[in-house]
Amino acid sequence: MVVHRGQPGSISLGDDMTYRLGVDVGGTFTDLLLFDQASGGFWRHKTPSTPHDSSVGVLNGVAAICAEAGIVPADVEFFLHGTTVATNAMLEGKGARVGLVTTDGYRQVMQIARSFVPGGLAGWIVWPKPQPLAALEDTVEIKGRMDAQGRETAPCDDADIRAALETLKSQGVEALTVALVNGYLNGKHELRVAELAAEIMPGVPVSLSHIVLPEMQEYERTLTTVANASVRPVVSKYVRNLRENLRASGMAGSLSLLRSDGGLMSSEKSEEHPVSLLMSGPAGGVTGALWVGKNAGIRNILTLDVGGTSTDVALIENLEPRRVRTTEVGHLSVRASSLDVKTVGAGGGSIAYVPELTGALRVGPQSAGAVPGPVAYGKGGELPTVTDANVVLGYLPENLLGGSFKLDREGAKKAVQTIADALGIDLMAAARGIIDIVNENMFGALRMISVQQGYDPRHFALMGFGGAGPLHVNAVARLMGSWPAISPVSPGVLCALGDATTRMRTETARSYSRRINETDEADVLAQLEDMARQTRAELTAEGIAEADITSLFELDVRYEGQAFEVPLSVDPATLRAEGLASVQARFDEEHARLFTFNMDSAHELVNLRAVALGPSLDLEAPKLQQGNGDPSAAKIRDHELWFDGAMRPAVIYDRARLLAGDVIPGPAIVVEMDSTTLIEGDCDGTIDAVGNLLINPR
Amino acid sequence: MPARIIQTNETPFKTVPVDTVTLDIIENALRNARIEMDATLVRTAMSPGIREQGDAFPLIADAKGKMIVGQFGSYIGPFLESFDGTLEDGDMIFLSDPYSVGGAISHSNDWLVLLPVFKDGRLVAYTSMFGHQSDIGGKVPGSMPIDATNIFQEGVRIPPVKIWKKGEYNEELVKLVLHQVRTPDWCKADLNALIASCRVAARRVIEMCERFGDDMFASATDQLLERNYRAMKQLIESSVPETPVSFQDYICDDGMGYGPYKMKCTMWREKGKVILDFDGTDPQSEASINFLLNENMMKMFFGIYMIMVFDPQILFNDGYYDLIEVRIPEGSLLKPRFPAALSGRTHALGRLFDILGGLLGQGTPEFLNAAGFSSSPHLFYAGTDRNGKYFQLFQIGFGGIPGRPLGDGPDGHSLWPGFTNVPNEFIERYFPLTIERYETVPDSGGAGLHRGGNGIDMVYRFMEPGVIAIHDDRWFVPPWGVNGGKPGARARKLLVKADGTEIILPNKCEDYKVAAGDKLHFVTWGGGGWGDPLERDPALLAKELTQGLVTAEGARRYGVVLVDGIVDTAATEALRTQMRTARGTIQTFDFGPDIETLRANCLAETGLPAPIQPQWHYAVAAE
Repeated sequence: MVVHRGQPGSISLGDDMTYRLGVDVGGTFTDLLLFDQASGGFWRHKTPSTPHDSSVGVLNGVAAICAEAGIVPADVEFFLHGTTVATNAMLEGKGARVGLVTTDGYRQVMQIARSFVPGGLAGWIVWPKPQPLAALEDTVEIKGRMDAQGRETAPCDDADIRAALETLKSQGVEALTVALVNGYLNGKHELRVAELAAEIMPGVPVSLSHIVLPEMQEYERTLTTVANASVRPVVSKYVRNLRENLRASGMAGSLSLLRSDGGLMSSEKSEEHPVSLLMSGPAGGVTGALWVGKNAGIRNILTLDVGGTSTDVALIENLEPRRVRTTEVGHLSVRASSLDVKTVGAGGGSIAYVPELTGALRVGPQSAGAVPGPVAYGKGGELPTVTDANVVLGYLPENLLGGSFKLDREGAKKAVQTIADALGIDLMAAARGIIDIVNENMFGALRMISVQQGYDPRHFALMGFGGAGPLHVNAVARLMGSWPAISPVSPGVLCALGDATTRMRTETARSYSRRINETDEADVLAQLEDMARQTRAELTAEGIAEADITSLFELDVRYEGQAFEVPLSVDPATLRAEGLASVQARFDEEHARLFTFNMDSAHELVNLRAVALGPSLDLEAPKLQQGNGDPSAAKIRDHELWFDGAMRPAVIYDRARLLAGDVIPGPAIVVEMDSTTLIEGDCDGTIDAVGNLLINPR
Repeated sequence: MPARIIQTNETPFKTVPVDTVTLDIIENALRNARIEMDATLVRTAMSPGIREQGDAFPLIADAKGKMIVGQFGSYIGPFLESFDGTLEDGDMIFLSDPYSVGGAISHSNDWLVLLPVFKDGRLVAYTSMFGHQSDIGGKVPGSMPIDATNIFQEGVRIPPVKIWKKGEYNEELVKLVLHQVRTPDWCKADLNALIASCRVAARRVIEMCERFGDDMFASATDQLLERNYRAMKQLIESSVPETPVSFQDYICDDGMGYGPYKMKCTMWREKGKVILDFDGTDPQSEASINFLLNENMMKMFFGIYMIMVFDPQILFNDGYYDLIEVRIPEGSLLKPRFPAALSGRTHALGRLFDILGGLLGQGTPEFLNAAGFSSSPHLFYAGTDRNGKYFQLFQIGFGGIPGRPLGDGPDGHSLWPGFTNVPNEFIERYFPLTIERYETVPDSGGAGLHRGGNGIDMVYRFMEPGVIAIHDDRWFVPPWGVNGGKPGARARKLLVKADGTEIILPNKCEDYKVAAGDKLHFVTWGGGGWGDPLERDPALLAKELTQGLVTAEGARRYGVVLVDGIVDTAATEALRTQMRTARGTIQTFDFGPDIETLRANCLAETGLPAPIQPQWHYAVAAE
């Protein structure tokens, strides 16, 4: 596909190794973004993904983008990669066959799970229960028991463990998980199983629950450890293969993968701990938005990443994205830190329909996907989708800039007409209805991460990216009251941009579970310092200079008896000076903000967490040439689109020709290689100093 | 006298046209607001019952009190009819007395808050939520004495009162109430959580009114109700016959040695309406298993079952209430007279769902599910530990989901919406207990083409002396199978003393003393089977044998012979042929043995004496 040069790059000397390459592998396209660290110039490239072996697509892209930039792979110092390999292995059930070793009496821990049946009353009638990630026949029990204080109340027995492992071996398991009751407090028995496994089934990777997730709750800990074991062989194979091929192409720089929590980890570490990669894909968009926000001087951002089948949303406050302790993949909720990204089944391919019984208009979550796709793409799709509605309304013009395919507008109309007929309204009203509903679904997801968490969306800007984000961002910003609506530079490859611009990260957590009034800051500080040492050592082992590492700390606090904690960031100096009392006061403040009340119950310090960060990239986005405010030089042609109940005249602009300070009056459409931005009739879009398009109500 | 609603702005809402899209948007927004209520609750509540198990239910209603989103239907109507007082801006109602709201909440453990939502001086909506409190005082820890003979023994009863009055918090009231309970910290936190949830939803409703206009919002909620009415009308006409059909089932006992208690419902369609008549249901019990069933709640249950069984796409609200008429005999188990005890109503509530399933599926057996909605088995364990600290555990257990047209019933899962188990590591950390075993019981699910889910054997080792109470059912009358499926296994409770002595405990008992080191097997029921077990793939049984879900002996109930874990094809064919001949035609329902046979074999089969047939000295009044 077309290689597009965003900004002129500096001339490369070839042996400087001054380039950063971000690569994001999505379902349809592999996006690449190459950064010249010296000049800030960048190149972007899109190439079809190769699902049978994604490294093929990656290498195709690397070759193409290097050629365009006039460099060789050896010039790339950092190769930074977001991947959905782990996610897809989980979702498609293509993980390894995992053997699970549990405590006597707990063989059915995955079978019973949390006994939860989704849906309302009588939801059990229609719920297809998924199979456990570790099959029950591949789950064995061993003797030995720890109590809830981590004391051994019954020893484990080597002969018993050997027998259990022999059983799993004979069944042909490909990966092993050991998750014992109360193992989070004492890993002695789990370690013994690992030792014997190394002897009995050498070569089979072993994941231990007290290492993968040293936290209370046997089901969640077991599931997380099993998930890790399950994707390990797949991820490992992929990463090794990619590394070898990149090395063969001459790339000698470091190779890192994007974690679910928006940090990077070395490719070697990711092979051991792939459960941290489950949200690697969407995390790239958030880190990309962070970089854009930093350069545009916008610190509070809601992200809206609209793809073909789903939309991911996240919240960034003061240039810090919200993180959560769980990663949701399909029906499973795994305990691994990730950016708080919510996904809704609403995207360009979402199918609109009208159920007979209620006569309501519904959009999604069923999607036409990439194949057969929307009717307008002419690849065999027959059902009306969001993209088709966008085409009918004139939001997605027929002749995409540089695009080789033509949109089938008539086909889209015909499909949307079926909805109009079912509802007894006209074509345009039906098309607009589809867009309104899908926008509302995105709005619902955004509310969950903002209003529901106590944030006022009116204090945030909304950034739309991904193929279709900029088409919807203006309308959704209006619903949220979040201005400006931002269409960032290179919205189509923002994930790759995020991969390229984020920093190394590692973290560790410990269960603490003590009342604040029964401990003191000295004990907490001692533990935090120990954890800091541990996490910093991990980064220095990756070759990062000690001086470049930043440590951050968090305490999880709750009222004793609550199930959920509020994480509070602390720095050791303040903690030493002001004591735990200040933490308690901050918790009360945060609790009142979130839930409107405080209690006089005791405060419980639940977990301690330490994060170590590598150096941040102090790379400024290159400035765009200043214009005179008049965008007419970038005008492609006149156009018509539906706004406020009628077709109205509009103008189509070429994004590449817009200059800083240009003000585009809506209604207007701004096109570029891989994305289209819609500016609604009563709004104006302004190009900022670095090329972002900021839309505000007039 | 009905409640007087005081509005400073009496302008009625104008009916305005609502386009389909706006309607759908408002519906979605209301649904999201409801999800927010749940989220707020679990994040701030403290009792394991609410925060871990999710025993709480939200609702958003229109200005007339009709539920637009929620689970159990609106109780606001009956409340307004009987509330002798005013309702104005800044008020919030707090109540727990079932008799004061016609059974809209069904035992005093459920605390309910109701927030009338005012905007510009006008009532625009109600938000409300109720949740099960761990303790509300009374004669036993947990406040659900199965042997209570009147509601006064079941703890504090709160009539509808204003916890907030014109914006003023009534702290004295809350103090008085919390003074009656054993777990004031939990109750206080949970009450705060209920209030916070209602406030969150109220805020959302006001935002919606601001966004769309008050008239548009009111017109939209009217239309949502109307939309539901139309859908349900069509469904009723196509699925409910004019000829009456009846179904009956039983509560095994009342915890005082009497039982079983019959519950019966007859259904027919008449002039476009469904009649649900509970004539034939036994009179009220002297103990606490009575279930004060609110008619609106019954309509909601019926509607939900119709939808789930026949067309799960429909969203339900109060719109179709006029299409259903519920008749419950006064003085019956389902409409007991004040001051009958109510705390043990969970068994009848659960059984109602089995009855609904049986009733609806009779005409269309392909949609029929088996039985298994036993109850929600409770375990209470309380005492004072060696450090002088009081502890009180209340746990809800789970059993086997019935076999379904869709497939096997899941093992050890919840039939109640939103419920989850409590992690055993959590229990061990915060209570003086060890959970030595937590697994499902092989063969306990009824045999079937789609088998019933297995029940759970949860083994508690008590580390401190204390008292326990158990409330469970389906130990005497088994959960039935359908379309050839066999009944599921019955529940049982076994106490093993430190010296190895085994004591079979009743499935309903109160204040039973346990010693440190005692071990309790809390075994729940298995779901009934669905479809002909002789049609189940023998390879599946071989697999389930290795999984520990069936035994080789249990596989014979499917006519499958497993030798060393491998299917003996010839022997299986022979056994299946023999079983087919012996059983004759398949009946729609398989209830297992009749009540008299169950009685005769009770002691031998369960280790417990058979319940005695209850006698009533007064008859149930005819409606």
